[in-house]
Amino acid sequence: MTAHAHAAHLETSTGLDNRKVAIWTFIGSECMFFATLISNYLVNKGRSLVGPFPHEPWTSPTGQHFEPIFEIPLVTLGTALLLFSSLFVVLALSGAQRGDRKALIGWLAATIACGLFFVGMQVYEFTHFVHEGLGFTTNLFGSSFYTLTGFHGTHVTIGVLWLATVWKDALRGKLPPHKSLNLEMAALYWHFVDVVWIIIFPVVYLIK
Amino acid sequence: MESHVSTQGHAHPTASLYFKVGLVLFVLTALEVGLYEITYGEHTGALGPTIKPFFVPLLLLLSAAKFALVGMFYMHLKQDSKLFSGVFVFPLIIAAFIIVALMVLHAYTFAFARSG
Repeated sequence: MTAHAHAAHLETSTGLDNRKVAIWTFIGSECMFFATLISNYLVNKGRSLVGPFPHEPWTSPTGQHFEPIFEIPLVTLGTALLLFSSLFVVLALSGAQRGDRKALIGWLAATIACGLFFVGMQVYEFTHFVHEGLGFTTNLFGSSFYTLTGFHGTHVTIGVLWLATVWKDALRGKLPPHKSLNLEMAALYWHFVDVVWIIIFPVVYLIK
Repeated sequence: MESHVSTQGHAHPTASLYFKVGLVLFVLTALEVGLYEITYGEHTGALGPTIKPFFVPLLLLLSAAKFALVGMFYMHLKQDSKLFSGVFVFPLIIAAFIIVALMVLHAYTFAFARSG
């Protein structure tokens, strides 16, 4: 029996690859994790006693003026690139499953580049916010914002590292079509990180 | 629909469908930001006050559409085993319930604390 045929007829009680069941179970548990963080942000939304605030200017009792802190155009660009990276990773997976090594390596590199841009955007955003006077303990908004987006950013970073290890395997010719599940698992995690941002972006940045 | 076979033996969509979904996702994101701009942003016009009451439901609807598109086509839930859909959707329903329940609970507690 060839490796490919073996993969197509798995001898498990579900008939499905255990690794894929495991990654979906993990993603299911991650839904709960992000639900608590999004809840935390929403229940504390608009309850900060002191600024800086996300959408409104604020003047402190000492007369210091703070502008609204969000930069929507930059985050929109990061959001668009994260969405494109989901497209790129399915194209890489398609290449891996067809045995098209060039497409696999190229699209995977594009995915990693988009992920790196997103992480860079978040590092810039956090640095900028700290310089604007919004620390982790400044107010309720700062604490809940940094916790939610920080954990998401950590997930993106882990996703980039995971995809980079798969990319390294692809470069060395160690990702033939019958091993494409290695990429599919990383891709599923990456898509999950993307769908979480699909929720975070409007909830945190667009809804006042 | 043209497709290729994955390691699990089921058919995955083709590159052209992936591109079409990507385009729809991009348009939906542009709509979200466009709605924000005409309601609260620097380009607020006559439409702003009209859209304001529907702004949050519209954004949630657009997000849900994007979420579903990524789940169905990019995560292959449309083609893959229904077991994966169950393993994903069931916690998702609980997650949505947790968010709504905590918001209601805190809104009630906050209102109660204010009223003394």
